[in-house]
Amino acid sequence: MNTDILVSIKNLSRFYGSLCAVNDISFEVTRGQILGFLGPNGAGKTTTMQIIAGTLSPTIGEISVAGYDLMDYPLKAKAEIGYLPEQPPLYKEMIVEDFLQFCAKLHHISRSKIKSHVDRVIEQCNLQKVTKRLINNLSKGYQQRVGIAQAVIHRPAVIILDEPTIGLDPIQVREIRNLIRNLSEEHSVIISTHILQEVQAICSHVQIINYGQLIFKDTIGNLFSQMQLTRLNLACHRPDADMQILTQIEGIEKVEQQDEHHFHIQYTINKNPAEAIVAKSVSENWGLYELIPENRSLEQIFVELTNEQFKPIKKIGD
Amino acid sequence: MWVIAARELKSLFLSPLAWSILAAIQIVFGWFFAWLIYLFVRPDVQASLANDPNAPGLTAMVVSALFDWVGIVLLLVMPLLTMRLISEERHNKTLPLLLSAPISMTSIILGKFLGIMGFLMILIAMLSLMPLSLLIGGSLDFGQIAAGLLGLILFLGALASVGLYISTLSSHPTVAAVSTFATFFMLWMFKWAENAGSGNEIISYLAITNHYQSLLEGLFSTTDVIYYILFMALFLILSIQRLDSERFQ
Repeated sequence: MNTDILVSIKNLSRFYGSLCAVNDISFEVTRGQILGFLGPNGAGKTTTMQIIAGTLSPTIGEISVAGYDLMDYPLKAKAEIGYLPEQPPLYKEMIVEDFLQFCAKLHHISRSKIKSHVDRVIEQCNLQKVTKRLINNLSKGYQQRVGIAQAVIHRPAVIILDEPTIGLDPIQVREIRNLIRNLSEEHSVIISTHILQEVQAICSHVQIINYGQLIFKDTIGNLFSQMQLTRLNLACHRPDADMQILTQIEGIEKVEQQDEHHFHIQYTINKNPAEAIVAKSVSENWGLYELIPENRSLEQIFVELTNEQFKPIKKIGD
Repeated sequence: MWVIAARELKSLFLSPLAWSILAAIQIVFGWFFAWLIYLFVRPDVQASLANDPNAPGLTAMVVSALFDWVGIVLLLVMPLLTMRLISEERHNKTLPLLLSAPISMTSIILGKFLGIMGFLMILIAMLSLMPLSLLIGGSLDFGQIAAGLLGLILFLGALASVGLYISTLSSHPTVAAVSTFATFFMLWMFKWAENAGSGNEIISYLAITNHYQSLLEGLFSTTDVIYYILFMALFLILSIQRLDSERFQ
């Protein structure tokens, strides 16, 4: 068995009554991955994460964490998981330091090591300034960080973060993302989000879930290559009267004029003519000032994927 | 388990609730105790006691009466203490912290229960100081006091277990408190079922207050002790089951 597979999920389904929230999902997370769980609201992200964290039971399916089956060895599996739910589970009446000590004790960290563990997460999550403050009086960003500190205090193999940047201001979002990136050096991270930029910014792998079904599962690189189109946007100060001359360059299929200065160029896959176009523009003195590859945005892909495989919510007995 | 118990106890003292309950109870029973002493030393009471060969002693008249009332008053206070145990965790969404930690449901429930029992022990210890002050000018029947204390602890434990169970059912502390009140009153009112006619002995046997009267009188009966232990075990197991089943809903 490959020990580098930290989370393995097989044929997971979850029903709330007759409503199917998660429908036959299977995936694996290996060491060092940051897996982005992407999906619109109500797609089943939170349910899946709750099930991995052990706070919810699956209706059908097998989950194992760090080699331990969550059903057969729940305590051993849970010891390898750090979980931050959508709303950070913080006892607001405690001060940060006491709360983290309590969490360390909950995870059976031996008395002599508690201090070093607490100090480590305080440093990791940049909480030095607030250790003696009441959690209730902290800003949302700091509360979120205490939540993350709580999730990593026992050095779990897998960290599960449910929408960790929701409700934060842009600076806090950036800080949390940096924190998550740093964490991935030691742990595998699964984060859920409905913000596409977030996945772009921090994840190494992406999974898109919609109506409880996995509809896309790949590395972020492959997602980007899917996004690439075979189009260039060209802009020149002094274009030729007839720019169709460009079709003579190898690879270019079509040139469309947008306005006086702007042109769209369509080319064959794997034959990017950018270099030749630049050379041509210099020799003809077109005054080229823009040459931009056209990308589909993540949004477009997302919308395409979610619409393409659109399936209404399944009900038992249908 | 102990970690949860310790946190529970600490958080009780972080809120004004625990302090105000301790203070209020101390004041009420300080006054009540003084009144009992006053009653005991009244010349006419002393005279009638002297004429009665089976007269109750100082312990029976003061200490047992005090503990009897402590039980009743705590029956009213208990819902306030137990209401937040689980329901507040649910309301503040802190329950996942415990559920995702490598601890069993049993430890969570027992930890909560021990936490509240710890608080009750502090309360009882403070109240016991009052009768002990009688040692300055009199002698006490320690056997009877010990039986009374045991009865009180078991009685409060039984109440706490019911409160804990009701707290697992709800996500609003107030709802839990009101339901716990109602349940306690039911359990208390069973006591009068006897008076309603024959055939009601079984119901009155179930009354939660009855079994601790005999302990207060210094009669240690295993049946009574087992009654309370079974009672606690039942509601603790129900609580564990309830918390466990939540994952399947």
